[in-house]
Amino acid sequence: MSKEESTSTVAPPAPPAPPKPAPRPPAAAKDAKVTRRSFFSWMALAWVAFTASMLAALTATTRFMFPNVLFEPPPTFKAGYPNEIQVGQVDERFKQRYAVWLVRTGFDAYANASGIFALSTVCTHLGCTPNWLEAEQKFKCPCHGSGYYKTGVNFEGPTPRPLERYAISLADDGQILVDKSRKFQQEKGEWSNPAAFLKL
Amino acid sequence: MPNITDRVKETFRNLSPSKVGQWIQESQVYRSIFRVGVPDSDRKRMLVMLGSVFLHLHPVKVRKSGIRMRYTWCMGGITFFLFLVLTFTGLLLMFYYRPTLEYAYVDIRDLREQVPLGIMREIHRWGAHAMVIAVWLHMYRVFMTGSYKPPREFNWNVGVILLVLTLLLSFTGYLLPWDQLAIWAITVGSNMARATPFAGHEGPGAALLKLGDISLVNNASDARFALLGGRFVGEGALLRFYVLHCVGLPLVAGFLMAIHFWRIRRDGGISGPL
Repeated sequence: MSKEESTSTVAPPAPPAPPKPAPRPPAAAKDAKVTRRSFFSWMALAWVAFTASMLAALTATTRFMFPNVLFEPPPTFKAGYPNEIQVGQVDERFKQRYAVWLVRTGFDAYANASGIFALSTVCTHLGCTPNWLEAEQKFKCPCHGSGYYKTGVNFEGPTPRPLERYAISLADDGQILVDKSRKFQQEKGEWSNPAAFLKL
Repeated sequence: MPNITDRVKETFRNLSPSKVGQWIQESQVYRSIFRVGVPDSDRKRMLVMLGSVFLHLHPVKVRKSGIRMRYTWCMGGITFFLFLVLTFTGLLLMFYYRPTLEYAYVDIRDLREQVPLGIMREIHRWGAHAMVIAVWLHMYRVFMTGSYKPPREFNWNVGVILLVLTLLLSFTGYLLPWDQLAIWAITVGSNMARATPFAGHEGPGAALLKLGDISLVNNASDARFALLGGRFVGEGALLRFYVLHCVGLPLVAGFLMAIHFWRIRRDGGISGPL
C-alpha cells in the first residue's frame, strides 16, 4: 500500500498549467546583452584569434631553431693566389676549414682549358670526407670505399655520381675566390659552365 | 612499583608481529597513503585497479594465455624494463657527461676509467642495443599473433611511433661519444633529412619554394639544419642531439607509453591465442 503511494508520488498529477506568459516582444531580444547571434560571432572571432595565436607561436618556435648568426666558415672565401698551386697539384689547405680541394690541371676536358677548379670534399655516396691519395692519384672515401679520379669523376665503390665543383673566380686583389653557395654537377653537364672553372 | 627496565621488558614481551603490523596500519602515515584497507573481494580489487594512477594502466584481469611466455615472449615488458634501466643509467651518466666539443669524448672515456662502477656507460649502451632488439621482437610477436587487428589497430599505430622514437633515441645517443664513428654516422644519417619533401633542400618540391631568385629552402633553412643546428655535424648538432636524447624524445616516448599500456586494457587486454 505504502509502496503504491510512493510510486504515485513519483508521477503526481500535472498541476494546473500556469498562465502562459505573453509572447516576448522582439525588442526584448535586442535589449538582451548577449544574443545567440552575437554569441556565435564572438565565438568565431575568438577561435580565429586563438588559431592565429597558435600559428604565431608555432612559427616563432620553429624560427627559434634557426639562429641569426652561424659560427661556421662563410660559404665564400679567398683561397690565396693561383701561382701558389702547382700544375697537377691537389691543394689540401682548405679541406679542414672549408671542405674544398683546389685542383690545378694542365687540361680540363669539361672547361677545355687549363686552370683551377674547386672540388667539394663531401663524398656523393653518403657524405663522408674522402682522402686524397697522392701515390694512387685518386680520392678515396674511408667510409665505404668510393673512389674518384683527380677530376672528381667517380670510378669505383658505391658512389652514384662525381664530386661536386664550386663556383670559382678571381677576386679584385688577384686571389682565388671560391663560392660554395653555387655548385656544379658533372652529371647535369654543369662543369662546362664558365663559373665552375678558373682558366689560367 | 616496577622500575623502567621492567616496563620496557614487559612491553617487548607483549610485542608480536601482528601487533606491530596493526600499529603500523593504524598509524596516520600509513592511512594517509593507503586510504582503504587490503581489498578482500573481487569488486574491491577491481576498484583498487581502477583508482590507482599506476595500476589503472594495467588490465584488471589478465587471460591465462596473456601470461604465457610462449605466447607473449614478454617482449613488451622487457622493452619497458630496459627503458627504465636506460632512464636510470642515463640519468647517472648525465652527472659526468658534458655535451661540448672540448669535453664530450674525454668525459665518455673518463666515465669508463675514472668513475667507480665504470660499467654504467656500458650498461646504458648494451641496454640500448637490447631495447632496439626487444622492440623489434615485440612488434614481430604482435604481428604474428594478429594483435594489430581491430580493436587494437590504434595501439598498433602508437606502437609504430614508439618504435620510431626508440630508433631516434638510438640515433641521437650514437652521436654523444663524439668519436669518428659517431660524427660520420650522424653525418651520413642526417643527410637523409636533405631529401625531406619540401623541408629538405635536396628533397622533392624544395626547388618550388622560391621568392624570385632566393630559394627559401636551402642548406641553412631546411630540416637537416634544424636537426643539426648548423650546415654540418658540429657543436650545434652535439647539443641538439643531447637535448633530444635526454629530454625531448624520452618525454614523448613516456607519454606515448602510458597511452600504449592503457590502450591494452581499453582494447580488452592482451589478445588471446588464435
